[in-house]
Amino acid sequence: MMDPLVALGDWLLSLAAKINLPPAVSQVILYLLGVSVIATVALVITIFNTWLERKIAARLQDRIGPNRVGPWGLLQPIADAIKMLTKEDTTPAAADKVAYNIAPILAVVSVLLIWAVIPFTSVWYGTKLNVAVLYIAAVGSFGVLAVLMAGWSSNNKYALLGAFRAVSQLISYEVPLFLSLLVPVLLARSMDISVIVEKQGSFLEMFVVAAPLAALLFFISSVAEVGRTPFDLLEAESEIVAGYHIEYSGFKFGMFQAGEFMHTFTIGALTALLFLGGWQGPLVDQYPILGLVYFMGKSFAVYFVTMWMRSTLPRIRIDHMQALNWKILVPVALVLLMLTPLVDYFTKDLGVLFSAFPGSPGELTLTWRTAALLLTNLVVGIGALDIIRRTSKRNTKARQRFPERAVARPPKEEAA
Amino acid sequence: MTPMQLIFIFTAVASTVAAIMVVTRRNMVHAALFLVMTLFGVAVAFVLLEAPFLAVVQVVVYIGAIAILMIFAVMLTRNVTDDESGHPFNANVRLALLSAVFVFSLLVVTLGGWAQFSAIAPFANTSGAVAQLGEALAAADGYVLAFEVASMLLLGALVGAIFVVWPRQAEND
Repeated sequence: MMDPLVALGDWLLSLAAKINLPPAVSQVILYLLGVSVIATVALVITIFNTWLERKIAARLQDRIGPNRVGPWGLLQPIADAIKMLTKEDTTPAAADKVAYNIAPILAVVSVLLIWAVIPFTSVWYGTKLNVAVLYIAAVGSFGVLAVLMAGWSSNNKYALLGAFRAVSQLISYEVPLFLSLLVPVLLARSMDISVIVEKQGSFLEMFVVAAPLAALLFFISSVAEVGRTPFDLLEAESEIVAGYHIEYSGFKFGMFQAGEFMHTFTIGALTALLFLGGWQGPLVDQYPILGLVYFMGKSFAVYFVTMWMRSTLPRIRIDHMQALNWKILVPVALVLLMLTPLVDYFTKDLGVLFSAFPGSPGELTLTWRTAALLLTNLVVGIGALDIIRRTSKRNTKARQRFPERAVARPPKEEAA
Repeated sequence: MTPMQLIFIFTAVASTVAAIMVVTRRNMVHAALFLVMTLFGVAVAFVLLEAPFLAVVQVVVYIGAIAILMIFAVMLTRNVTDDESGHPFNANVRLALLSAVFVFSLLVVTLGGWAQFSAIAPFANTSGAVAQLGEALAAADGYVLAFEVASMLLLGALVGAIFVVWPRQAEND
């Protein structure tokens, strides 16, 4: 079966050949077209997602949500975008103009760059990069830079505080994020996302079966990396007003929001690709286009969990945020990263543990390797939970013995 | 002129100009931002040289660290937003300029006399390069000793940093 997108590309190339464009130039134009198509798809999904998120958050909180513009309020995001465009574009007088204006663009671009390596189906992808996982980690650092630039160039104390908070949070959570990213890389023996997806052929071969703990760590630290509830300390309204984007208005503010929404969906897509098998699914060999349905379905399933968390969980306290990262996520990720290759090495030749429905497409086979890895994950996870429970119990007892004093108290000389 | 050459010329000019801006800007945050631009230009050069792994590592290590550098620039200096005071250069500027020109002309002379300099390198197959790099770093007959020594050094630096900031009981009371 001819792939529609490939056919379209070939047709465009033949069209360019007819008007005597040099092949090198037409190839570059085709690349640029591809870039704009992927970027547009990502942004259009984001527009739809803002509506979806408001509807689902409303449903979870027993409200109706947007219901005035269009059927079921479907045109609400369009109305919001138009409203945002008509707002006055303000720039603080003492702002650093260039950095102030580049920051929102960088915030969106840092997320859009990830979409360059995402395979939508087995044949639709921006580029096959053999260091794709590392690339995803790399472009994340532009997001940190965008936040810091926005916070600093606004010349506003709240913005700067928000940016400092953001950097401390994003840099911290990058550690467990990268460590848990390495687990699927180890299991697939490749940093290429297409290869990682290809290795997860059937249900029991998905890396979420072999490494559920890594998937959980990846998910938690990516939610923190986006800065969404419960990790939205960088824009905590009650403490620092709106954080790093307090001075932004109109469309520049909208770009920060779009970047955040897009990033949330992107982590859904990444979790789907790295741990849930991406475009893999039944009958995908015959009809590659089905892969898009599976990929989007899995991405939206993970995205739904982030929306669920956002509309039900309160904001985490700042010291808890750092403690969760450095005392729980990082040690667990390190232990997991050390145990995964060891278990993998000693069980690689043990073969199949059981196979159900042999001969059927997408044969369900559980290998000794997967079972051992799953067991390792469970042991590490339960062990970590046990240590946390004991520690928190001990801390509670210690606190009861020595009741906490008030944090803010007058100096001794003035108190007298 | 191919599109690749256009991209190369653009990034080369941009990263050189940005590098000059890094040392001439008086505003520290601006200097840090121009440093990002320079390092990103180097990453693009790596991509053009068919070394995606090096390019990505360049971005991870350097641009990721710049955010921290900016934080320190903002926190450790006074009122950086409009700090235009002070001289960006010290007394050694002439000597530094002279040695820079000397090293650059040495490079031009040496590379200009090299017959391979203008030859076009064969199209490299980089698909297995990362695996080869990993094996070379971990193999006993490769660079495992250098790799381990470097990691021990970094570990020592980490432990030392923690030791320096560790609160001592006697000083606290």
